[in-house]
Amino acid sequence: MELEYSIEGGDFSKAGLASSEVKKILKQVNIKPEIIKRIAVAMYEAEVNVVAHAYQGKMLVNIDPSKVYIRFEDEGPGIENIDQAMQEGFSTASEAVRQMGFGAGMGLPNMKKNVDEFFVGSVVGKGTTVELTTYIK
Amino acid sequence: MKLKDIIETLSLRVICGEEHLENELTGGYCSDLLSDVMGNSQEGHVWVTIQVHKNIVAVAALKELSAILLVKGLMPPNETIKAAIEQGIPILQTNETAFEVAGKLYNLIQQS
Ligand SMILES: Nc1ncnc2c1ncn2[C@@H]1O[C@H](COP(=O)(O)OP(=O)(O)O)[C@@H](O)[C@H]1O
Ligand SMILES: [Mg+2]
Repeated sequence: MELEYSIEGGDFSKAGLASSEVKKILKQVNIKPEIIKRIAVAMYEAEVNVVAHAYQGKMLVNIDPSKVYIRFEDEGPGIENIDQAMQEGFSTASEAVRQMGFGAGMGLPNMKKNVDEFFVGSVVGKGTTVELTTYIK
Repeated sequence: MKLKDIIETLSLRVICGEEHLENELTGGYCSDLLSDVMGNSQEGHVWVTIQVHKNIVAVAALKELSAILLVKGLMPPNETIKAAIEQGIPILQTNETAFEVAGKLYNLIQQS
């Protein structure tokens, strides 16, 4: 099964909508609740990052009998130093975004902790790709 | 312990979600950082926070929390209430601070 959602950069009013949709579908296809919970954390963080840090992006979901694979591709400033971005607490979020309780610098670490395979690639000035893979056996 | 029990004992106001007050409470989590709540709260927790914007509903729904408890008499904007009704997330409110109400909640839940 393949699904695609678009994500608008800067629009916090819709942040999390795509993740909620995907979570519903994961439930419908009877993936174990413990696994769905972990995927939900990771995909929400990735979705919010597109909203908070990029201009626009899309979320591509591929569900097969062995795994759930989710790829986020965005057009945005990209990430200069991925090792630094991965550190807990590192954030370039604006003051306004922090006031809302985003920008704790825990998003990328939360993603890594909650999936089996995690990849982040970025081209500065172009955009960022995040891949989340979870095996469901 | 059910939501309605803490509402009664702690005299919490119910802003929305009257029909979900039979929800079981497994514990609570107190934080104003959304990623912290995403990463560390558990299903069935009541979430104590000062954040009132609409995104708290998405977090609570994705984590299947039992309720959001706003402190210091904070009122959520209409769009938050609307989203909470749609997603079936009760929003509760108290005039107390997070410190005060979390302490009371902790004791209640420990005793149950
Ligand atoms: N999609 C993205 N586009 C550009 N920069 C990003 C993206 N995702 C993450 N980053 C960078 O990595 C940092 C850390 O991300 P994260 O751990 O999610 O924390 P936060 O979003 O709270 O700042 C961000 O502050 C930002 O500088
Ligand atoms: Mg983030």
